[in-house]
Parts: sequence; C-alpha cells; structure tokens
Amino acid sequence: MKKIKIIYILGILIITSSLNAQQTPSPAQSEAVTIVGATAHIGNGEVIKNSLIIFENGILTQVLDATTTKMQYRGTIINAEGKHVYPGFIAPNTTLGLVEIASLRPTDDEDEIGEMLPHIRSLVAYNAESQIVESMRPNGVLIGEVVPRGGTISGTSSIVQFDAWNWEDAAIKIDNGLHINWPNSFKRGRWWLGEERGLKPNEKYPEDVLKLTQFFNNSRAYIAGDQKQENLPYKSMETVFTNGKKVFVHVDGEREIVDAIQFKKDQNLRDMVIVGGYDALKVADLIKAENIAVLSPRPHSTPNQDDEDYDYNYKLAKLLSDKGILVGLESSGQMERASTRNLPFYAGTVAANGMAKEDALKLITLNNAKILGIDDRLGTLEKGKDATLFISEGDALDMRTNKLTKAYIQGRELSLESHQTELYHRYSDKYENQKKE
Amino acid sequence: MRLKFLLLYLVISSGLNLYAQDYFPNNDGVNSKNTNYTVFKNAKIHVDSNTIIDNGMIAVREGKLTAVGKSIAIPKNSIVIDLKGKDVYPSFIEIYSDFGMKKPAKAGSGNGQPQYNASREGYYWNDHIRPETNALESFTFDKTEAEKFQKNGFGAVNTHLADGIMRGTGMLVSLNAEGSEGDRILKDKSANFLSFDKSVQSNQSYPTSIMGAMALLRQTYIDAAWYEKGNISTKDLALEALNRNSTLPQIFKTDNLLDQLRADTVGDEYGIQYLIFGSGNEFERIAEVKNTNATFIIPLDFPEAYDLENPFMANNVSLQDMKRWNQAPSNLMQLAKNNIPFILTTQNLKDEKKFRENLLKAISYGLDKKKALEALTTTPAKFLGEENKLGVIKQGAWANFLITSGDIFDKETVLFENWIQGQKVVLENMNTVNLEGKYSLAVDGKNYDLEITGKPNSPKAEVKLGDAKIKSKLSYTDTWMQILLSSPDSTKTEYTRLVAKVNDDVNKINGRAILSNGKETSFTVTKSLDKAKEKDKKEEDKNDSILPIVPLTYPNLAYGFKELPKQEDILFKNATVWTNTEKGILEKTDVLIKDGKIANIGTNLSAGKAKVIDASGKHLTTGIIDEHSHIGASAINEAGQNSSAEVSMEDVIDPTDINIYRNLAGGVTTIQLLHGSANPIGGRSAIMKLKWGENAEGMIFPDSPKFIKFALGENVKQANWDSKSRFPQTRMGVEQVFTDYFSQARDYETAKKTGNYRKDIEMETLVEILNGERFVSSHSYVQSEINMLMKVAESFDFRINTFTHILEGYKVADKMKEHGAGASTFSDWWAYKYEVKDAIPYNAAIMHNAGLTVAINSDDGEMSRRLNQEAAKSVKYGGISEEEAWKFVTLNPAKLLHLDNRVGSIEAGKDGDVVLWSGNPLSIYSKAEKTLIEGTVYFDIEKDKELRKEIAQQKNMLTGQMLTAKNGGAKTQSATKKEDQKMGCDTLVTY
Repeated sequence: MKKIKIIYILGILIITSSLNAQQTPSPAQSEAVTIVGATAHIGNGEVIKNSLIIFENGILTQVLDATTTKMQYRGTIINAEGKHVYPGFIAPNTTLGLVEIASLRPTDDEDEIGEMLPHIRSLVAYNAESQIVESMRPNGVLIGEVVPRGGTISGTSSIVQFDAWNWEDAAIKIDNGLHINWPNSFKRGRWWLGEERGLKPNEKYPEDVLKLTQFFNNSRAYIAGDQKQENLPYKSMETVFTNGKKVFVHVDGEREIVDAIQFKKDQNLRDMVIVGGYDALKVADLIKAENIAVLSPRPHSTPNQDDEDYDYNYKLAKLLSDKGILVGLESSGQMERASTRNLPFYAGTVAANGMAKEDALKLITLNNAKILGIDDRLGTLEKGKDATLFISEGDALDMRTNKLTKAYIQGRELSLESHQTELYHRYSDKYENQKKE
Repeated sequence: MRLKFLLLYLVISSGLNLYAQDYFPNNDGVNSKNTNYTVFKNAKIHVDSNTIIDNGMIAVREGKLTAVGKSIAIPKNSIVIDLKGKDVYPSFIEIYSDFGMKKPAKAGSGNGQPQYNASREGYYWNDHIRPETNALESFTFDKTEAEKFQKNGFGAVNTHLADGIMRGTGMLVSLNAEGSEGDRILKDKSANFLSFDKSVQSNQSYPTSIMGAMALLRQTYIDAAWYEKGNISTKDLALEALNRNSTLPQIFKTDNLLDQLRADTVGDEYGIQYLIFGSGNEFERIAEVKNTNATFIIPLDFPEAYDLENPFMANNVSLQDMKRWNQAPSNLMQLAKNNIPFILTTQNLKDEKKFRENLLKAISYGLDKKKALEALTTTPAKFLGEENKLGVIKQGAWANFLITSGDIFDKETVLFENWIQGQKVVLENMNTVNLEGKYSLAVDGKNYDLEITGKPNSPKAEVKLGDAKIKSKLSYTDTWMQILLSSPDSTKTEYTRLVAKVNDDVNKINGRAILSNGKETSFTVTKSLDKAKEKDKKEEDKNDSILPIVPLTYPNLAYGFKELPKQEDILFKNATVWTNTEKGILEKTDVLIKDGKIANIGTNLSAGKAKVIDASGKHLTTGIIDEHSHIGASAINEAGQNSSAEVSMEDVIDPTDINIYRNLAGGVTTIQLLHGSANPIGGRSAIMKLKWGENAEGMIFPDSPKFIKFALGENVKQANWDSKSRFPQTRMGVEQVFTDYFSQARDYETAKKTGNYRKDIEMETLVEILNGERFVSSHSYVQSEINMLMKVAESFDFRINTFTHILEGYKVADKMKEHGAGASTFSDWWAYKYEVKDAIPYNAAIMHNAGLTVAINSDDGEMSRRLNQEAAKSVKYGGISEEEAWKFVTLNPAKLLHLDNRVGSIEAGKDGDVVLWSGNPLSIYSKAEKTLIEGTVYFDIEKDKELRKEIAQQKNMLTGQMLTAKNGGAKTQSATKKEDQKMGCDTLVTY
C-alpha cells in the first residue's frame, strides 16, 4: 500500500513537473498584422502567388493579390516573400487532450462505460495543457475536434483551438456533434476460444442496429413528452433532432454504410457525416445523392485486404472527391494523438496520388471546416474569417518543406516551441558546448 | 434371472470371438473354435496397385489370408462365396488418427500468472516434450468411430494421443469390432509422434512461438544424445523414451505449408526424416516440398466454396482463399506427377462421408488411380513395417479386404463388404437383386407404368397411370419389395399397398395387394426394359466436370508472379542519381546494372545488350533498408523465457506476406526481420532481401552478418500487462539478466574448450556475441538503460552494435559515440507509453550531429512502405540536408547491418538494388516506379496496374464458379474476412 502511494505521488510530481513546459497562451491580438509577398493558399482551391494579408482584432480584414492592389499596410509588417501562408489546419475526429500517455490509465479519459452516451461531453475533459496538443502547432495543425471513443453512441464532441489556458477558452464550437459507432456486420473470431481468426458474420448485427433505432425513437418520444422524469441521455438528444448537433457515424463496411444512410432517412436527420467510410467508394453514388460528407481515414494506413491496390488508402479521398462528395481527412488510428501532427502529410499523400495540390489542401482546411460546421469562421483565408493561419518556409504538405516561421490563432501569435523543441535545444546545446570545450 | 441373462450374453459374445487364444481357460462351455475356411471365387483381385488377378480366388481362415491365386485348392471345410463381377481390394489403412483416445485433461488456469517452470519431475524441463506418452494407456476401442472408418473402407488405424510437441508413441489398431483388444492391437508402439503444438496438460509458457518450438526440438535432440552417453546423472524419463522411440517411424503433424517445410528443416539437422502431415496446399511450393525427400500424409479435405450470394460478404473473401478452393483438388495430382510419395488420411475431415467424394474428385482432377490406391494401402503399410500384413492381398496377410461392385475409384461403384481380420462388415447387401428397369404393374384391373431407378439397395420408383403421375413410395429391403400407391384422385387419402418377395428373376414379380377398401387381391409386375432413363447420368457428369484452374502464382495470392522474374541487364538513362558516395547527387546520369550488380555510373554509357530505361526527370536511388522490421514473419516473439537466444527469425520467414510487395512498392529492398521485445535477450535476426515470389530461404540475404535482438525497459519488465511472476520486473533486474547470461556464456565457452560439454544452442549464440561474431541490436528507450547496457557489454569486452528505437539516444549520444554504438530510431513516434514521454522528432538530427551512424526504421508494416517520407522528416526536424537524410534509410542502416560493402549506395560493384522514383525520393509527392533487387525487377508500377485488372478478373471468374457450385448443391462456408495481422515489437503470436 505504501509503495502504491509513493508511486502515486511520484506520478503526480512527474506529470506536474512536465506540465511546466507548456507554452504560455498568447494574449488577444492588440495590433494589426500585415503579411506581404507570400504565396497564399486560400484553402478553397485558390492560390494568390504574391499576396497581401491583413488581420486585426483576430479577424482577417484583407486577403488580396499584392501585384494588382495598392493597400495601406497596417501594424506589424511581415515580409514573407518566397514563403507560403495557409489557413490553420483542422483535425477532425481526434482524441487530443483526452489522453496523454496511451499506456497509462490515469492519463486516459477517452472512453466512458456504457453503450448509449449522448450526454457524455468531451469538452470538459479536454486538457488544454497537453504536451501532445502543443506538438501539433509547429506543423500547422491549429484546430481540432475532440471526440469521445467507445460504446455505440460514444458521446458529444466539441471543437477547440490549440492555444488556450483551459477548455473553456479553447472552445470554438461547443457540443458540435454526436458520435455513433455503427454496429459491425462482422465480428472477430475469438481465437483464444479456438475459433478461427479473422472476421466472420455477426448474427447480432440487426439487433444492434435495432437498439440504436430504439434509442433514437425513445429519445424523440421523451422529448415530445412532459419530461417529468429526468433522463439525461434522452434529453441530450434534443439538439440532434433540432439539427443543432451534427451526427457523425463512424462506419466502414459497404452494407453498414447503406444501413446508416437508411437510418438517416428514417430518423429524418438533416446532417450526417460518415467517419471512416473505408468502403464508401462502393456506394459513392448513394452517399452523393444523400448529400452526406465523408471524413476519409488517414492515408497512412494499409489496405484491409491483400487483394486491394497497395495505394488504395493513399487515393481513397481523391476517388471519393471525384464522385462529387464533400470529403475531409481525419487521423484516427494507431497512435492517433501523436500522429495527428502528420495531418498535412496525409493531404500531401493524397496529392501524390492524383489529386491537385490545392484540392488536397482543401481536405484539411475548407472541407473539414464545412464538415465540422465551422466554415463561417475557419478553413480559408478569407476576409471576415478568424485570423487562424501560419507562415511556412515552403509547401506545408511536404515534410521537407513544412517549416513554420509564424502561426496565429484568432490573430494571436503563438509560440512554436514545445516540450520537444525545448529538449532539442537543451541537448543540442549540450553537444555544442562539448565541442567548444 | 439377471445372472443367467448375463451368462447367456457372454456365451454369445465369446462364440463370436472366433480366435480366442488357445491357452486361455474356458469356463463358458465347450471348446467351439471355428477353423473353417471361407473361399471367395470369381473375383477381380487387386493384390496391390500393380497386380490384378482376374477371376481369382482367396481363402480366409482364422482372420488371415491362407491362399490367394488364380486357382487355389478349396479345402473341404470351406464356405464358398461367388464374387462374379465383383472386385476385391485390400482394406485401407489410416495412418494418422486419435481414434479411441481419451481426451487429455487440460491444465487448470492456475493463479492467472504465466507458468515458467515444468509441472513434472523426473522428466525433461519442458512439459511439452512428452515422448514417454504411450497411446495404449489412453485407448478404448470406439465402436461408433470404427464404423465410420469401416464404411470408408478402412481396416486398420494408427492412432495416438495428439497432445504436445513430442507426443510419444502411437499404436496400430485393427478395426475389427468383433474381436478383443488382443486381436485388435497390431502394434502397441507403431510410431513416434511430433508437432509444433503445445500440450494442453501443462500451462508452461515456453515455447510461445513456432521458432521456440523449433529451438526446443533441436535442444531436446541434443540433450537426448548427451543423455544416452550417460552424461546426465539424474533420471529423465522423457529423454530415455525419446531415445527408445528413435527407431520408430517419426510422424510430424503440421498445420500449414510453411510449417511442413520447417519441420523437415529441423529433422534434417538431426538426421531424422519425418513423415510429415501436410496441408493440402503442397502444390503452391511443389519444388520445395519435393526437396524435403519426405513422404507426406495428406488430408483428403478440400476447402468448401464460399457462400458469395451476399455481395457484401463476398467482398471480404481474398483471392488467395478463392484460388485455393479452385486449385486444391489438383494437389494430389501434382504430388503424384512430381513423384512425391504421399499417404491419404481422413483426419481433418469434418464429415467422414466426404472422404470418398473427395477421393473421386481428386481422381477427376487427374490423380492416378494406382497412386491413390497405394496412398491408402501399400505406402502406409510400408511405413508401419506391416507391408506383408496390411494393405495387400496375399497369403499370410490379415484378411482385410473390400468387396466392391467394380472399380473402387468409379463413382457408380458400391462398397459391399469390408472384411477385417476375417470378420465380415456388411456395408451394402451385395446379393440384392437389381430392380432397375421399366415395368408394367397390373393391379385391381388397372395397368400402371412403373419405372425403377437408383442403386440396387436404394431404388426409387415412379408410377404413372396413363399420363397421370401417381404418388408412390417404394421400399426394398431384405428381398421384400413394398409399394405404396396413392389414389389417382389426389384429394383422397386412399392407398393401395403392394407387397412381394423378389426372387432372382425380376422379369415377373407376383405379390399380394391390399386395396384402399381393405380387400386383398394379387398383383403382377412385368419388366419391359432393363435400363431406366439416361438423362440423370448426363446431368451428374456435368456437375463433375473440372472447372478451369486458375494459374498458380508465387506466392499464390494477389500480386504473385506467374513465373519468377528474371535478372536483367538494365541501363537507366539520364536519371538524377543519389549515389550516397562522395559524388553526391548527380544530374542526368546513366547507371548500368549488369549481372545483378551495379556495373557503371556515368554519362552516355553504352547499353550493349542491356535494356534501356529512359529515366529523364526521374530519380534513381539505392533501395531502402529497414533496420527494424516485422513484416514477412509467422511469429515475432518467443516470450516464454527471459532469454531466447536459441530461436531464429530465419526459421519463421513468411514469404507470402503481402506487406513484402507493399514494401517493394515503397522502394524497400532489404530489411532486418527482428525478434520482438518480450524479453531482454530476444532471438536471432533474419536479414532479408524482399525477393517477392521466392521461398523463405530465397529471401534470406546471402551470407549476411549475424544479429540478435535485445530489449530493455517496459516491455521486458512486462510493465504494461498484468504479469508479475517473471524476472526481471525492474530496470535493475534487466542489468542482472544480461550479466548472468553472459557470465554463464563465458563459463560455457571454457567448458566447451575442454571438448566434453553439453551443447547448448542458447549459449552458443551468446558466445558468438562475446566473441564479436554476432551483433546486437537492442530495443531501448530511456537514457538510463542505454547507458546500462553499454556498461554491461564493456564489462564483457564486447560492443552493442545498434540501439534500435533509442528514443532518448539524444540524451546520451556522447556516451554512445564513445562506446561505438549506432542508432536506429523512429522519426516522430512518441506518447504511447511512459518511456517515450521524452521522445522527440529531433532525435535523429541530434545523434547525427553528434557523430553517430543514424538510421530511421519502421517497426511497422505501414510505415515501412513510406520510409522515404520518414527520412524526409529529418529535414524538417533538425535541418538535416536532403543528401544526409536519404542516407538515414539507405547507407546508414547498411552500415549498421555491416552490409555497406554490398548495398546502400550506387557505386560500381555493389548489388543492383535500385529504385526509380517519379521525383525527389524525399518528397511526399514522389512514388517508386520500379524496384530492383540484384538486377531483377520485383516491383513495376505499370505491371502493378495490369495485375490489378487480372486480380479483378480472376475474382470475378471464381465468384461465378462458386455461385455455380452453390446452386449445384455444393456445401458452402460463410465468407470470412482474412485480416492483416499487424506485427510490431509487442506482437505475441499465439500459434
């Protein structure tokens, strides 16, 4: 018991001491900023080769072609000739801030017990001082959707920006979406019981889908009633039915996607997003016809089957876009939190596999903003939107040239340092000093 | 009363026991031994697969064949049976079975913690080595199972307790259900059985992997020999038994093709030729299978078609599984064609009735009938040393034979009787008069048309009155025929019942009729035509027709080669060449690959006979080398002990892993297949060239240096799962594990020099490390443990070659430099466990700047195919130049693997392992277009496009075949999805 206590205290000490390395959030923008001469990647497919960008009080006031416009520069002037400006990249479907060290349960707040948990809200557990969140920023990932995991209805997500003192300040859009893990028509063979490995048909699939339908029906009935008896799960569904909350359905299989779309129709849901959608291409026409957007899985993953094209995952987002579907990129999967900083390179990979570069950029800017319902403020470099953007020395979708010199969230210039860069400097200095000795 | 009844029963059963021993006292009655002869005449006797006696005779007495020949003397005390028109075959022998075995008791779950020590004393240190097991002790004759064998034509079964890696002796049993055990047990120790599967009777952890099982077998053989020489003072009943069993046939059970070859490898090393239980997929690697020189036991089991009616399910079936369904029935034909000896078994058949169906299917796919008969009779008999007693019709042999209606491999043939040790087992009455034909049936003033079809013992009737079909039911047993006729008015429940005794003459049958009103009268059936309809047969033939067989590929799955690709001389013109030498990156340069080597680099090189590839605008580099990979393996961790230096990854290469192809598509040509990180001292590495299509052996980098995996930190102290019983549990303990093992190794080497020593594979490996003949690549994270391992190594006077992962290497780069260690790290992984809290993406840059040889590795089947991008991250994180960053995944890992004299750069004399990229290889926008190993193109982006089309076509065709099969009534299995198993350091493959 004593030993456990000591470990516990030790753990707290270590975690608190490391938290000290967190970068201090910047104060509100006090002076206008003008960026001159950069190639501006607007995020909607357009590029301004020699741009003039001005923002004030956290809002973009001008985004113009510098070669054709005469405009008075304002405030701090940044000469960014030869450099590139991008809107801050948006990472949907992440667990950033919910887990710090994957193998340590005390740092894990992503998965609540229970099956139907619309009342569970990610925002309140979001750790604004996470070292992982901090490490997103030097790569241009400035906005994220924080999503609970597990269960059939995992809970309610919120959207945050990555430079804040606390979750309340971080919030961009509170309770933006309901997240459903669609039941699977396959189940894994329980090999430890002597069953064959691999997936086999799940006989309980119709039953699982029915449970979901019943939950929706019950919620609707409850809300229509006098609600005398408190029921938090049912009550929290209200904004789903009034279309205040988007429904994100995490689903991969062809059959499941078709069933989920039928569910959308049956439940009269206006706004549904498919998250994952590994087989979405097979039913692309149906998805298009129902105006459903897809958050396509990270291209840096391997095909599910031996027979599939080796580059299937690389090009899936492109092929879906070609069908006229609104597609964004998400980054869930193996080591999903730490790997989310590779979001720009996921878009780069899609560009390498047939998509025009500016279209690939849209996958992590405007399209993600639209899909998350924040395109009124974010996702492009357009007048009137938040000044959430960054300057990179080169093409930000390629790891060779993704080198940020400045980044802003709502006009506030943020630190590009992190726990990691501090260690970098500390030990680089160590060896530099050794050389001098 | 009850006693009397029992006595009566005993009398009867002993009366049946025709050959009770003469010296047994008899208190049941008087001596009534039956010594009469049974003589069969006019039979077509298949003595063995090569010899037929037409119109031959055999005589049987007291369970044995007393005479066989064209014409033999018929003793007076004979019962003579005429077998005119019938065939006689030797009864079959089942060589692999657990017939009659009592299921071994499973070990309890214990305290929930893994068990590292053996449960038994006086035996070998590993509970899964059980050669002392004697099948006899678990045997009871199982009548129900025996009947199933009898029906399929078997007369004897070789059975054993199928439990453990060494399973002990099996026994040969006659399927004579009437006899006593004294009659039936033909051999109580018939063979020694082995497998790679652990015993259920113990929870001892080791081995947890196939490579561990192989290592365990090797060490057991070494120890048995050492024991036999009297060098071990304590009793070891297991080793004693193993030595005793060494003269018996050695039967090795495996579950798949790769394991078959692995079993043979182990056997060869100790001069043992196993009889190997095969997979049915031998055709996929027929040359390698032949090379084993083994005889194979092949289950007569073919995959069932997948049920593809539901297209959602159908999408999930892999081409590999579909192809195997299509190709497997030709496996036996391929074995026979290649003169690979085999024995057939019913083992693995879910439904024993499938045995004959599958046998006939194999024959329709080209299996020679003689070979089929040999595989069921003479070959197993020979292996069991019973070639004069079983599987043959000759004088002195057991009277084990089959009476059939004709060629046993003909679909229409009926098995009538299976005689076992002179005891008749009737399967179908062979004296049944065949009713087949067309008749007119006259009863109660009406004339019906009657048509009888089907086999003699199960005829079917069709009755018509004029044009109207009359519902009827025919039953025919024991010479009595009964027909139930419905009324012509189908709304009425009125029946006419007919009953008649059938004599030999079926042209006219008379019998009694009971009319619907209860009146009795007579009826007559008169034959008008001998044969019934012909059309059924045609339809059946159609179902039997052989489907087009999809071509075999290497490996036999999607993206395999129909023919192995050949080495070519190739001239790349006008490429941007990343030489990785002092020449740097050369624009508009030619590179000539000749005889598998890089022959020349320059401008305007003459092609000679070489194929010219225009590489203008493209980049040519040396192939990527992954220092830390787990692709292409059947297992990763031997986690059963804290040291497993005795295991080798070379034993478990899986050349059919699709990730090999995908890695080629990412420009990877060489990998180090490392053991996992489950224990401080892991297993030996396999350094591989990704020669897709080759077999396991062909993928091993020729003459590659020896490596071994070590591991430190959370994994080896088992910090992230609930396992608290294995030493070490702390980093303090990890140091002591190494110190202990290397001290032991030093002592071992001293003993070895004396000449009289017990060879120990694990110690041999450790001695190699001490002597600098084997290099260490150690999984490592935090600075304390890195430093610790270097100090341990220094105290034993050797060096750690590579720290892999090494995420805190940047903290101790100066100390690593001093020690002489290299570093192979991830580009940007972190935060997945506590020991990677301080992992930073600048690690590679800092270590490089500190003068270390730095590589970037994958440890991941997904990342490995994008290592060019991972290298490019060093440009971003830490500002490494592109030229140097590229070396992180090519030249530097080559240096770490001591292969930089052969691969890792583009210079004359090095291996022709090159990649043609669409652009700058570090750019995310570039793709590998061609990947060559030793001048052979293993990946070509254009060829890949063709293969995709072909895969789609083949799947489509096979889907059609399977749907047809299902519609034709074939049994199907539901579509299961083959899941890619992602292998990493932590992967524990249970097998």
